[in-house]
This record gives sequence, C-alpha cells and structure tokens, in this order.
Amino acid sequence: MIAFVIRRLVMGVFTIWLISVVSFVIIQLPPGDFVDSYIAQLAASGSVISANEAASMRELYGLGQPMYVQYGKWLSRVVTGDFGESMMWRRPVTEVIGDRLWLTLVLSFAALLLTWALALPIGIYSAVRQYSWGDYAFTLLGFIGIAVPNFLLALIIMYFSFRLFGANVGGLFSPAMQMQPWGLAKTWDLMKHLPLPATILALAGTAQLIRIMRANLLDELRKPYVVTARARGLPERRVILKYPVRAALNPFASNIAYLFPYLVSGSIIISIVLGLPTVGPLLVQALVAQDMFLAGTIVLLLGVMTVIGTFISDLVLMWVDPRIRHQMD
Amino acid sequence: MAKANDAERYAVATQMQLTWWRFRRHKLAMVSLFIVALFYLLAVGADFLAVSDPHEGDARTSYIAPQPIHLFDDGSFRPYIYGLKGVRDVKTFKLIYTVDTSRKVYLEFFGHGYRYSFFGIDTDRHLMTLRDPRVTDGIHLLGTDLLGRDLWSRLMVASRVSLTIGLVGVSISLVLGVLLGGISAIRGGWVDNVIQRGIEVVRSLPTIPLWLGLAAALPNDWSVTQIYFAITIIISLLAWTDLARVVRGKFLSLREEEFVMAAELAGASQTRIIFHHMLPSFASHIIAAVSLALPAMIISETSLSFLGLGLRPPAISWGILLQDAQNIQTLALAPWLLLSAVPVILVILAFNFLGDGLRDAADPYG
Amino acid sequence: MAEPILSVRGLHTSFGGREGLVRAVDGVDFDVFEGRTLGVVGESGCGKSVTARSILGIVDRPGRVTAGQIWLRPADGGAPIDLAALPEPAMRKIRGPEIALVFQEPMASFSQHYTIGNQITEAILLHMRLDKQAARARAIELLDMVGVPQPARRIDEYPFQLSGGLRQRVMIALALACDPRVLIADEPTTALDVTTQAQILDLLRSLQQQRGLAIILITHDMGVIAEMAHDVAVMYLGRAVETGPVDDIFNRPRHPYTRALLRSIPTVMARPRTRLPTIEGSIPHPFNRPRGCSYHPRCVEKIGPVCETHEPPPVGSSDRQVRCFLHGGIPDDAA
Repeated sequence: MIAFVIRRLVMGVFTIWLISVVSFVIIQLPPGDFVDSYIAQLAASGSVISANEAASMRELYGLGQPMYVQYGKWLSRVVTGDFGESMMWRRPVTEVIGDRLWLTLVLSFAALLLTWALALPIGIYSAVRQYSWGDYAFTLLGFIGIAVPNFLLALIIMYFSFRLFGANVGGLFSPAMQMQPWGLAKTWDLMKHLPLPATILALAGTAQLIRIMRANLLDELRKPYVVTARARGLPERRVILKYPVRAALNPFASNIAYLFPYLVSGSIIISIVLGLPTVGPLLVQALVAQDMFLAGTIVLLLGVMTVIGTFISDLVLMWVDPRIRHQMD
Repeated sequence: MAKANDAERYAVATQMQLTWWRFRRHKLAMVSLFIVALFYLLAVGADFLAVSDPHEGDARTSYIAPQPIHLFDDGSFRPYIYGLKGVRDVKTFKLIYTVDTSRKVYLEFFGHGYRYSFFGIDTDRHLMTLRDPRVTDGIHLLGTDLLGRDLWSRLMVASRVSLTIGLVGVSISLVLGVLLGGISAIRGGWVDNVIQRGIEVVRSLPTIPLWLGLAAALPNDWSVTQIYFAITIIISLLAWTDLARVVRGKFLSLREEEFVMAAELAGASQTRIIFHHMLPSFASHIIAAVSLALPAMIISETSLSFLGLGLRPPAISWGILLQDAQNIQTLALAPWLLLSAVPVILVILAFNFLGDGLRDAADPYG
Repeated sequence: MAEPILSVRGLHTSFGGREGLVRAVDGVDFDVFEGRTLGVVGESGCGKSVTARSILGIVDRPGRVTAGQIWLRPADGGAPIDLAALPEPAMRKIRGPEIALVFQEPMASFSQHYTIGNQITEAILLHMRLDKQAARARAIELLDMVGVPQPARRIDEYPFQLSGGLRQRVMIALALACDPRVLIADEPTTALDVTTQAQILDLLRSLQQQRGLAIILITHDMGVIAEMAHDVAVMYLGRAVETGPVDDIFNRPRHPYTRALLRSIPTVMARPRTRLPTIEGSIPHPFNRPRGCSYHPRCVEKIGPVCETHEPPPVGSSDRQVRCFLHGGIPDDAA
C-alpha cells in the first residue's frame, strides 16, 4: 500500500518536472523572444528602443544564455516561490495571476463535484433499467453533452440568454462586486455565478462518465457473483448497490483521475467565451504576446494542480479497491 | 420455413457478417453512417456546391441576412432570389445594402463562377450561379459575414478542412497508438512499463494549455498548409494514448485466448499470429475506437481555431467560422453566424452514434 | 419412496434475444429427495445451468420461465408451494434458507471488494434472527465445518487471498449459511484440479449425510455422476431425455444419447491406445433446433422418419422415464 502511494508520488513529481520542461520549451520554441516582440510593439506605437536598452533587457531575463541556463535560473527561482516578472504587464507573475488561479481551481472542482453527483446515479439507473425510456433519454442527453463542444455550448447559452432575457450571463461576479475585497458578500456572489459555468463545464465529462458507469455496470451485472448474491436471497436493490456498483466504481474512480486535467483544460476555453476571471484568458494573451514567464507559470501551475488532483483521485481509487490496498510488496 | 432459413443463416454466418447485421439493426447508427457519408461527399464537392468565392467578399454587402431561394415564378419552375440595393442611411450617410423585392435575379444551374481545381481538373462550374447579377448580388443561403463573404460557401469549404484534419489526425494517432500499444503488449517487461508510465503522464497533462502553447509557438510566416499539418500533428500527439490503451488491452487479453495459444503451438510465427489471428479479431474494436476518436479530433481543431491559435485565416475551418461568432455584439447583429455550429454538432453527434453502433455490433457481449 | 422435496414439472425457460427466441429449457421434469443427490448431466449448452437458475427464480433478463411448475414441499409438511408462481419478496425468503446455490467459478462467485466474512454474515443477518456477534460466530463455525483452516483468521480475508480449493469450500459455507434443505451445485468442481475435486465431492457427501441435504448436482462429467448421484437426469437441448436411478442409468441406459455419453467415458478397463468413442456431430445451434426428436441428426439408432417429424413423449413411470420412440410412444398418425 505504501509502495503504491510512493510510486504514485514519484510519478507525480516526475510529471510535474516534465510539465515544467515542456512548458518552458514550448515558450522557447517561437523564433525571436519577448524583447523582439516588445520592440515591435513599441515601434508600432511610435517609440523606439535603443540597441543598448534591448541588450540590457535580454541580460535581465537571461535571454541571451543557453536554454538550460535559462531553465535553471527560472526553476531555481520558481522553487522559492518567485515566478519572475510578467514582461507584458511589467509586474510580478504572481500578482498578475492573483485570484485567477484559485478561481480556476474552484470552477474545475465545482464541475468535478457536479460530474460525480450527476454521473453516478444516472449511470446506475441507465444500467439497471437498460433500454428503458429513462435510459434512452439520458443516453440522448449524454450524446448531446459529448457532441457539443463546451465552448459552443457556452456560446449558444450566451446567445439565447441574451436574446430571451437580455442578460449577460458571463463572469463570475456581478460588476459591482468585481473590485470589492473578499468577504461574505463576494463569496455569496461567486456562489450565485458559479453554477452556470460549472454546469457547462461538467456536461461533457458527465456524459462520458455516465457512459463509462453504464457500460461497466452492465459488465458487472452479468458476473457470477451477482447471481450468487441473488441466490442468497438479498433484495435486488442491495444486490446491485453493494456488489456490482462497488466493482464498477473502480474504473469510474480511475476515470475521475483523468477527468480533472480535462476539466481544467475545458475551463480555459469556456472562460474565454464567458469572460470568466480564471487563468484561461490570461494564458491565451500571454501566449500571443510570448510573455514566457507568465505563460510558463500558468502552464506549470495548471499542471501541478492537475497532478495533485490526479494524485488525490488515485488515493480515492486505492480506498475503493481492496486489491490495491492489500498489495503488500 | 422463413424462420428456419433465418436461423440457418445465423448459424453459418462469419464474424464480419454478424457484425454487419447487428450494426444494420442499429437505426440510429445507420442514419449516422448516412450523415457522415453525406458530409464527406459535401466536403469532396465543396467548391462545386459553393455559390461564390469563399475567400472574397464585397465589404459593402456585409451582414446580409440569409436569403431564401424562391422556386416558382409565375407558376412555373424558375428559381430566383431578390437582388440587393444600396440605401443611404439618413443619419450616418453610409450605404447599406438591403433586399430589393422589385428585382428578381434568376438562378442558373451548372453555370460559371470562380475557378477551382477538382482532383486536378481546372474548372469554374458550380451547382448554382446567378444570371446577369449586379456586382453586389449574390446567393446568400446562410447570409454573409462582416466582410460580405457568403457563409454557405465558406461552410462548404470549411467542412472539407475540418473533416480531413480529423481523418489525418486520427491516422497519425492510430499509427502511434497501434505501434506503441502493440509494442507495449508484446514486449512486456520494462518496455511496457516505460510506455505505460508515459501514457499515464501524457494523460495527466492538461491538454488544452499544452496545445495552446504548442500552437502559439508555430511561426507566423508558415503557409496555410504547413500550419494545417502542424496543427494536425499537435492534436494527434496527445490523442494517441486512448488508442494505445485499447490496443494493448486487446492484445493482452487475446494473448490469453486459446486460439492464439493453439496457433503458437501449431508453430505459427509471431508476425503471423499478430496479423493473421489477433488483428482480425480486434479490427472491429479499432474501427469503433477510431470513429469515437474522430469527433474528439474535430472538436480539438475547432476549439484551437476558435481561440485563434489553430488554423489561421485565410484558411477556412469550422473553428475559424465560429471565431466570427465569438462575441455577443456580433451575434446580436448577425445571429446566422451561429449556424456554423450546426454542422459541427451534427457531425460529432453522427460520429458518436456511429462509433457506438460499431462497438456494440463488434462486441455484442461487451 | 418418500415424497420429493422438490419436483419440477414441464419447466420452460426462454430467452427473447435480438436474434430470435431461444428455448433454453424446453420441458424438464425431475424430482429431488431429501438426503439424495440428483445428478443433472449433459453437454454444455443443454440448459443445465438455466434450469438451476429457473428453480431459484434468478434467470437473467431477457430470459424468463414461460411455463411449468416448481413444487417445493415446506419443512413443516404443509402443501407444496409452486416457486414458479411465487412473488419476488416471498421468493427471496426461499433463496438461502430453503434452496442455495454453489457455482462453478469460485473466484468469480465472490465479490472481490468485501471480505468473505462480510459476504457470509450478510446472508445470516438477513435470514436468521441473530445479532452481528452471533452471525460472525456462526460464520466461523461454518468455515470450520467445511474444512477451512484457522477460520477465525480467514474470515477477515478477501477472496483473492485464498486458493481455489479453499474458495470453493468457502463458497459451500456461504451456501449453507442459512441451513438450506436443497443445495444446487452447478459444476462445483469443474474449475478445480483432480485432488481438490475429490476433496470437495467428499465434503458435499459428508454434509449431505450430516444434514439430510437434497443436492442437485449439475455436471457434464459422467465420472462425477457415478461417484455422487443417487438419481440421474440426462439433458439434451433443454429437455430431460432420460431420468432414473443411477445404477439403472449406468447399467441399462435406454436413450441412445445416454448410451453415447456412457461410451465416451474413459475407463481403466479399456485397451490402451484405442480411440475413445465420441458422439457424432455437434450440438445444434439453439436457433437451429431440429424438428422432431432434437437428437435425431446425431442418433445412431434412429428408427425412421417418425424421429424427424414427431417429438417423442415421455415413456415410463415418474422415477424411470425416457423420451425416445425406441421405447414406444409412436403416435398413431406416424405409425
């Protein structure tokens, strides 16, 4: 059991390291660097930067040095919590990201909870009442959930709420609350705005998990241990909830592990459509401007978050499956 | 005796026939197959079906609402549309084009339009063109965009790009997935371990930030074709893991099967066992997995292009068309731009039903 | 002879699959007596397991019992009740305390997510008036009875931690948890190796002697039948084609199928390196049931066209019955 946890932990650390390298390399891939685009930006607005100034800027960010040196410089500062300075905003990256990171987390986590809460009972219902009207209805709904990319869903909902109610459903806060400091009122405001984006975000994952749960449970329902449980005279509801559902939770739980990165990914796109103050819109801006510290930090933090989320769901999986718990080697 | 004949038929049918029969019974999957086939047909004939040049528009006729085609004129079949006329806005003095119901412009079939190449044949024939149009006249079945380009024509050409990007992407994923999944299952040991851990790592990456990062890293001066292939490769780089898992799982379970053991004992070579005995028995699973992976590819491309980090204009894809519909102000002005979403949803839905039907048919017990 | 504890009359169970209706059990009659073992024998796919599930009323959808009666004589000697007509809640009180099931795959018959103790006490708590402690004590006692070493420790283990033979012992303990009067053992030894097989059969026999259990032993193995059964029902394509006492079946088999089955048993008396006789042809596909006597395409003793056109009716008394025109029952219009 401890071996399992340690293995997962090592895997997680390795994944985080890989994410840091990949994100750093990605940001380094485009020809030219930030200073080039900065100069271009300044030139477009009429001011000119001297070659000297450009050189000192490059020196400051270590842009002239070999890649691994730049990476090393960046990483050693990251470990101490200093993520560098956003070149686009000319402020520390942590300051630019601010609340956005944990708002992303809140949104993704809300969507995750919603996915669980919906997919589990619906999946069980669909499998036990296979080919019933309810099953067909949920299957159809599920297909629509999978078929409509969530940004499109966000777009369509935006359009109709605008046409029908004349209201803008975007954002996570009311305009009046946006600039307020954190407090009960603001938290309540967030709670009121959260359900819609969380639902949009959760829909595709829910549809997928319903299908997974249904298929797994249908498999499990055919197994001999269900027959023996029935032969013991257990009531049908108990037979199903105690045995096959428990077994079907396994693949379900391991899919939850992969759901989290998926939700974090999805939150980026719907945030852009709905104008949510998460890291999504910031990441796209940073990438377009090739603001490497900002983009790199966002990708890294998102990666770390998903790895932690995945690790937690692995622990849940371990708790669900005694076979893993009892692997003593 | 029809019943007995039926029974006989089932008793002697091959696996493939059974799969096909079971699939045929899936009404929804059959309809989906038809829809998917129709869309690929549209994609092949995109330029022929386009009514005007998808890249060129007349900015004067921006945001023209969808125009219906009137089929009958004076009781006889003579399709026409109404022409457009310029009206000067009293306040802004801007010339605004609106429908002029006093002027009919008749349709012509198989007439001449913009030039395009159809499998190497240079032609300018189109399904529908206008007879004696004015410069600003045009058939706008689905309206026009900001630059006055015809949405119908753009949609046709976009289908070709979006549908093929899915195919190419899936092919790359398939090769990667079958290769790595197969090697992982056959070699076992540390090779399997490394590949499996690799798959786990790739799967725990948040894909969209990475796609965005990679796509943003593509040089600005690349041609449309280069970007197209780069985007395809980026999408398939992170999408092969599911296929690899399917292949590995099937390989492993088949290796335990008696018929594989029998073939081994009969002295068949490893390649023969893989290609002759194992592959046919999970080909249908792979087909199903592919048809479920395709819509994911299409969504990926559409999402990337929608965010402006995938294909870039002048390329036309569903994502690029939807990019025009991104903000609520534009949608309020020209809601028909959202029509580009219809083929996306339709195709993805059809692929999902198709894949599901195939999977059910291939594996009635699974 | 005493009254049977369980009698099955004209049992029909069908599966309405997508490819047509499959009559898995198509008219089965047999009796089971206290302290005796009925061996149900036949090739795979002949409907043995479906018969067992029909008796317990746990046939998987889309299958269902379409006709026939399953009479169970209550312990208090009252009038027999028809299990086929019993509503589900009442039926649940039958499963476990009256009729229990032992399955062929001991691994798959347990849920891997709970300890064996959990699964045994569950049934005890459900059907018997015992508290948790007493139920646990009873479970340990049961494990001890079926020969599980260190039962007090084993009870908290998971099924995947046990060996195959031990698992089947635990399975039997689980089946006996609520003192059933009828035990249905569906291929209980098929998945086990030969020595373990013998041990499990010994265990079943001694349990039967101790408790007067009526056992329905379902198997494809004539050797197991010879060793265990008092009475035999031979099944072919969903029908009991011959029933009778075990000695009679082995010494004077009347149905050509029974004879063929007996010929295909290897014996120590046989001359070495001679081919073992096999039954010609293969079992027809369930969708493709032959007309007339369903065995006629493979039958070496076919008497004429009547076998191809008419179904042979059961001939003989209720304790010695056969369905074959060789022994009469030829309808007048076919003679």
